[in-house]
Amino acid sequence: MSFDAAALLDAIRAFPLGEVRLMEVCGTHTMAIAKSGIRSMLPDNIKLLSGPGCPVCVTPGAVIDAVLELSMRPGITVATYGDMVRVPGSTPGDNLARRRALGAKVEVVYSPVDAVKLAAARPGEEIVFLGVGFETTAPGTAAAVLTAQEQGVKNFSLFSMLKTVEPALRALIASEGFNVQGFLCPGHVATIIGEEGFSFLPRDYALPAVISGFEPEDILLSVYALAKQLAERKPRVQNEYRRAVAPNGNPLARAVMEKCFAPRRDLWRGLGAIEGSGLGLREEFSVFDAEKRFGVEYGAEEKPSACRCGEVITGRLTSAECPLFGKRCTPEDPVGPCMVSSEGACAAYYKYQSC
Amino acid sequence: MDEIITLDYGSGGKKTSRLIENMLLPAFSNPALESLGDGAILPGAEKIVFSTDSFVVSPLFFPGGDVGKLAVCGTVNDVAVCGGVPKYLGCALVIEEGFETEKLGKIVASMSRAAKAAGVEIVTGDTKVVERGRGDGVYINTAGIGFLKYPGLSPKAIRPGDAVLVSGTVGDHGTAVMLARSGMMEGELSSDCAALNSLCESILSCGAAVRVLRDPTRGGVATTLCEFVEGSSYSIELEEDKLPVRGAVKAACDMLGLDPLYCANEGKLLCVAAAEDAERVLAAMRATEEGKNAALIGRVTEAHPGKVVMRTAFGGSRILQKLAGAQLPRIC
Repeated sequence: MSFDAAALLDAIRAFPLGEVRLMEVCGTHTMAIAKSGIRSMLPDNIKLLSGPGCPVCVTPGAVIDAVLELSMRPGITVATYGDMVRVPGSTPGDNLARRRALGAKVEVVYSPVDAVKLAAARPGEEIVFLGVGFETTAPGTAAAVLTAQEQGVKNFSLFSMLKTVEPALRALIASEGFNVQGFLCPGHVATIIGEEGFSFLPRDYALPAVISGFEPEDILLSVYALAKQLAERKPRVQNEYRRAVAPNGNPLARAVMEKCFAPRRDLWRGLGAIEGSGLGLREEFSVFDAEKRFGVEYGAEEKPSACRCGEVITGRLTSAECPLFGKRCTPEDPVGPCMVSSEGACAAYYKYQSC
Repeated sequence: MDEIITLDYGSGGKKTSRLIENMLLPAFSNPALESLGDGAILPGAEKIVFSTDSFVVSPLFFPGGDVGKLAVCGTVNDVAVCGGVPKYLGCALVIEEGFETEKLGKIVASMSRAAKAAGVEIVTGDTKVVERGRGDGVYINTAGIGFLKYPGLSPKAIRPGDAVLVSGTVGDHGTAVMLARSGMMEGELSSDCAALNSLCESILSCGAAVRVLRDPTRGGVATTLCEFVEGSSYSIELEEDKLPVRGAVKAACDMLGLDPLYCANEGKLLCVAAAEDAERVLAAMRATEEGKNAALIGRVTEAHPGKVVMRTAFGGSRILQKLAGAQLPRIC
């Protein structure tokens, strides 16, 4: 049977619902929604908001500042995913791309293990990998640390900015002015943490949660499922992405992650410091901890800034409502990370404006 | 402009435009330059088309081509899309100390083959060697001269109702080079690097009212289409499901977080022609090897002045912007 978007949209329209605000937690969803033009198709009462699910966007300016400072130290090569190269620290325009032009060594890699290979190939340099992301990238990052340990690659280290989804969502829901009626849950993260990983949403907050894949068809089906749950007032976790997500996720990946990392207090853009929301290397892996190896320090609080990305990724402001959007803040001269990342809400709005 | 030049200024997107508009145009100001075409059209008894381009690709050898073939085809194409018949090339080599002679020989042989195939001669040149670490193997600049055969090609000639066509699959070169650089999916994809002068001749001699031709290199199809209508009172409306994109290109782009519409092409043409001539242009394109996958991808309208709008395959619509900064691979 072929997919009938029009029929599904009619069905969504037919639910007796007032204004409904749904949040997509994953940056890949944000991008897929913008790219396929789903927003231009949905009825006016269904609003899709971007959540704190773009790993680059939730990294605060103070941490980027620390990375930029580290990148200028002699002997250090920063290995990073491409997205991080253009993210500004607390000074607009100051990013790894600019530091590279000023002499910093910055290499774009495609996986954490590539950074270990880079280190093995360049024994004279200290390779610092910027570990960014959620439960999706954490197991791969852990595997890279284990590989470095096994192979005795001593010039590899990890600057962990890794985070977990649940504490952030809990903090978001508890925050003042929170106004979201359901979550479109990230399919990639769910492949690791499973359906169980999102069960706290209906259980503790009576919020519907639908785990969604990334094709426009997946997203529209998930919006339909959320609207249906709301209309029936029966919040639960539904798994729309069964072709990839097992009910209990991926226990092996979680085991590798837990072997290397322990939860710690971490700083989020827009949400501030959240207990147990970050993943730091465990004591037995501290030789691979770049923060310890190079004595990196940054403040425990978010610095004030004109950038309002924090409000955008907590659903308080749409990108277009930010006074900087499209004026002082554009993809070529971004003020905030939401405009840089290929998964950032503002970049998606800017690049794929609906009409 | 920023206080220093970053890689974004060479991406072919908005920062490149800014560098040209804020520094180069004011400094060099003259009528031939100000048209900002792929080449300049110079006055004289027989009008000359003149163009130049530098090639700094990494890796130097990639599936479907190498820096030498690229350097010849790129400049031939820039002359051809201006309506010129390319005749002569100049070639300047900047070689890094320590570069293997054997590799240089391969690149030069490749240039020779490409020139012969395109019917041009390399008639002048220059060679410089820089210290080790001051270059990336070899950089090549080529300049090309041709004679103007089809005058009047310009985005200014575009009219509402016109048809927008592409000569084949989109994003092949950029994706192939990105994959070669990353060491992933090797052998899956080839660059489309090719001389397009025969294709241009086929299109321009078929009797159709052709408004403009351009080869969408850096910045990709999206950026070139934006340049066609920017500042005008017309818009281009694209149909996503009409755009030819190879399955492997789509898969690689999804994986790397890239968009085929913004990936460089080195053997494709975008053409705007009068609506009633669309089928004729399509047939002229498909009659050549380079244009066998040609497609009609959109129309010129007055609905969104100055903008390029895409109807997505899913049924929504969105605006396409020029490339902002080099495309970066994403996290997950």
